[in-house]
Amino acid sequence: MDQFIHQVLAGLATGGIYASVALALVMIYQATHLVNFAQGELAMFSTYIAWALINAGLPYWGAFFLTVGFSFVLGVVIERVIIRPVENFPALAVVVVFIALLVILNSVTGWIYSFTIKSFPSPFPEQTLFGNKYMSSHEIGAIGVTLVLLLLLYAFFRYTPLGLAMRAAAQNPESSRLVGIRVGWMLALGWGLAAAIGSVAGMMVAPIVFLDPNMMGGVLLYAFAAALLGGIDSPGGAVFGGFLVGVLENVLGAFVIGNELKLAVALVLIIGVLTVRPSGFFGKVHVTRV
Amino acid sequence: MALLEVLNLQAAYGQTKVLHGISFAMEEGSITTLLGANGAGKTTTLRALCGMVHTEGEMRFAGQRIDKRATEDIVRLGIAHVPDGRGTFVNLSTEENLRLGAYTRQDRDAVERDLERIYSYFPRLRERRTQQAGTLSGGEQQMLAVSRALMLRPKLMLLDEPSFGLAPLLVKELFGILRAVNEKEHVSMLLVEQNAAMALALADHAYIIETGRVVLSGSVDAIKQDDAVRRSYLGY
Repeated sequence: MDQFIHQVLAGLATGGIYASVALALVMIYQATHLVNFAQGELAMFSTYIAWALINAGLPYWGAFFLTVGFSFVLGVVIERVIIRPVENFPALAVVVVFIALLVILNSVTGWIYSFTIKSFPSPFPEQTLFGNKYMSSHEIGAIGVTLVLLLLLYAFFRYTPLGLAMRAAAQNPESSRLVGIRVGWMLALGWGLAAAIGSVAGMMVAPIVFLDPNMMGGVLLYAFAAALLGGIDSPGGAVFGGFLVGVLENVLGAFVIGNELKLAVALVLIIGVLTVRPSGFFGKVHVTRV
Repeated sequence: MALLEVLNLQAAYGQTKVLHGISFAMEEGSITTLLGANGAGKTTTLRALCGMVHTEGEMRFAGQRIDKRATEDIVRLGIAHVPDGRGTFVNLSTEENLRLGAYTRQDRDAVERDLERIYSYFPRLRERRTQQAGTLSGGEQQMLAVSRALMLRPKLMLLDEPSFGLAPLLVKELFGILRAVNEKEHVSMLLVEQNAAMALALADHAYIIETGRVVLSGSVDAIKQDDAVRRSYLGY
């Protein structure tokens, strides 16, 4: 029983990370109706920046916030410089650009920092918190950071004029222009936010999976499964899906199918959701009159 | 100086030319109406003024060139567009729709007052303020579209069929509000309407458009006297 509780709680910790990446995917999807396959590699690249900053002697949280800021700017620049010119191209062309971005970020990181696996520090203490025997303090801390991040995002989109404008621009670009919203910039801002969220996820997952250029491959798959499970156009659903996938993956991996087949859980979920219920738990079912 | 001047405006959707050199002008404080059959180019003219279609020719607003400008920059000059099809943000609440109308404004307090003013014009919108705007009835969404435009505190309103989908009583009410806004706040209006009788009752100037050209223009009183206009648009 203890073992089971431990697995569920550990699942929640990684689930929070999947939830963040899934949320980043959903944000780009809502604005463009495309899945950004490079989201994971962007997060990985950000995590290397954090690693470099920490190695250069910065305190952890200083490096953390600097990395989040840098990732935001990087996201905005990528949208303006690389995505904007292909904005109106057919979906497949844009997806190819995403995949190119994935490959480029992966190899550039490997070229700069080498492909050898590095350890990444956790900001949370070694000994477990409150003497509990179920969760390491990094797991508790990661959940905490994820929840704070989600709350901040919710407040931003729900209560600020800029957040409202971003939601409006994603839903109805033409009407948004007619009230004076600069729709192109809202999209760039969305990319910036998604990259910033991804960087937090990367820094939280790196102490668990270790730092290497392929570290986000698995995470992206789980996040993709989470986003689909929750409904690819539903931010709340993505978060729910993230935690659910995290727990499922951990529990099934520990007790049913073994660790080697864990990633298969994500793939089975993706195929399962797409065939049985493409709109996920909370997604909108799109009905078109013909 | 005219508030709005349009000179030899041409526009096309792909290969299909819709406007063949329209010219018109309107004075500040005026309500001017564009009348014409379906497909004459009225909606396209309004869309052209907002930079939503590719155009040739000259457009000036308060002396400034607005052709070749981005829609969001034209809006910032104080031109509010009530679009064809209402342009509702269907997934947002009624109040969020209204607040978006004031997106470019910095005077927060005045925005709150304007919100109250809108609710006093259209009490139905107050009742529906937290409701998802897509669930509003067609008429309510039409009021919302006009209200969203008013929230900009525009100098000029472009109204594309504001009576569309409204019950006759509501049309009267809406036109009464438009007249009040025009008189009290000196908001100029360029009105496109299927309902020619209502449009001519509200407006002071009219332009008749046929297949992308202005064929007749003048004060509403003069236009009403024109036999052809009476037969084609007023039905008597």
